[in-house]
Amino acid sequence: MSNNTTNERSRRYLNPYLGGVLLGLVLLAANFVSGRGLGASGAVKSVVATTIETVNKDAVNTMPFMKEYSGSHSGNPMKSWLVFEMLGVLVGGFLSGAVAGRLKLKVEHSPKITSKRRLVFALAGGILFGLGSQLGRGCTSGSALSGMAVLSMGGFITMMAIFGTAFALAYFFRRNWI
Amino acid sequence: MGPLAPNELISENTNFLLAFFIGIAFGWVLESSGFSSSRKLAGIFYGYDAVVLKVFFTGAITCMLGLLFMSLFGWIDLDLVYVNPTYLTSAIIGGVIMGAGFIMGGFCPGTSFCGAAIGKIDAMVFVGGLFIGVYGFAFTYPLWEKMYMARYLGEPKVSEKLGMSDGLFGLLLIVAALCMFAVAEWAEKKFPREEY
Repeated sequence: MSNNTTNERSRRYLNPYLGGVLLGLVLLAANFVSGRGLGASGAVKSVVATTIETVNKDAVNTMPFMKEYSGSHSGNPMKSWLVFEMLGVLVGGFLSGAVAGRLKLKVEHSPKITSKRRLVFALAGGILFGLGSQLGRGCTSGSALSGMAVLSMGGFITMMAIFGTAFALAYFFRRNWI
Repeated sequence: MGPLAPNELISENTNFLLAFFIGIAFGWVLESSGFSSSRKLAGIFYGYDAVVLKVFFTGAITCMLGLLFMSLFGWIDLDLVYVNPTYLTSAIIGGVIMGAGFIMGGFCPGTSFCGAAIGKIDAMVFVGGLFIGVYGFAFTYPLWEKMYMARYLGEPKVSEKLGMSDGLFGLLLIVAALCMFAVAEWAEKKFPREEY
């Protein structure tokens, strides 16, 4: 009985089309306020830049990628739109999870694989996504979603490359998911 | 009128405060749509759950239409709205690397932060991977630089490139999305999964 209630709860998600309209309105608000769309990987970059600067001030100057970034973000790299936005994402995600009763410390994985295998693949996936997002100038949020909304050609190309590759490789990683 | 910050109608600090609130709404929508679950996200690649496709395309289209209408009403100056530049080579190769990361890790950066916020340990590990990946790119940037800068095409709109108006392209995108939604609904029935 209590198990059933938990399942019911975890299934209480928004209708996806309604969720999409709401996501679109949030993205519209971001464009209206800041003149730019949403993003996620940019905030990671800010934190990495800050960490490098804090640990070793000179290291930034030996890394052209970060040097250029620091140059275009005068002052504190943490004082960026995307950093504040991503702090909000953590709060908003937490609140939604709390209201729906989904707060739980756990490793989510298919019953056919171990937690360890799931975590190894999560780490590898994160590393690849972090690297790819820098090369591609933005991730699913900043490049694909936000780019598509402003009809950027690069946004559409990145979106097709991300989803096309994931579909093409799905067969090889099927054991992890189905 | 809009966009507010580029038109200097709000201060930099107000812009940051609004970023925080917009982020809260973003995180709320992602989590309540089920984007905090890697197994739900990965469902699109096996047909058992197409929530990613539905939310993603409905979101992009809603915003696109909103911007077109607001521009039509004179509420926003689209010339001041950032259009992502197109560097053809890195857009494709970066996307391919991200796609591999998506199917392996089950998250993308935004959704991993959402999953981490509600206690998913796999999402936290993914976020850790993101930091390593970003640092790794910065550290090895000289190796990527040529590819990163290759085939720069400016900031073209896809509608321009196809020689049609924004409105017509938008309409075609909506029709394409509706067709994909129909396939998605069919696939979810054909490849159902009990509990995940």
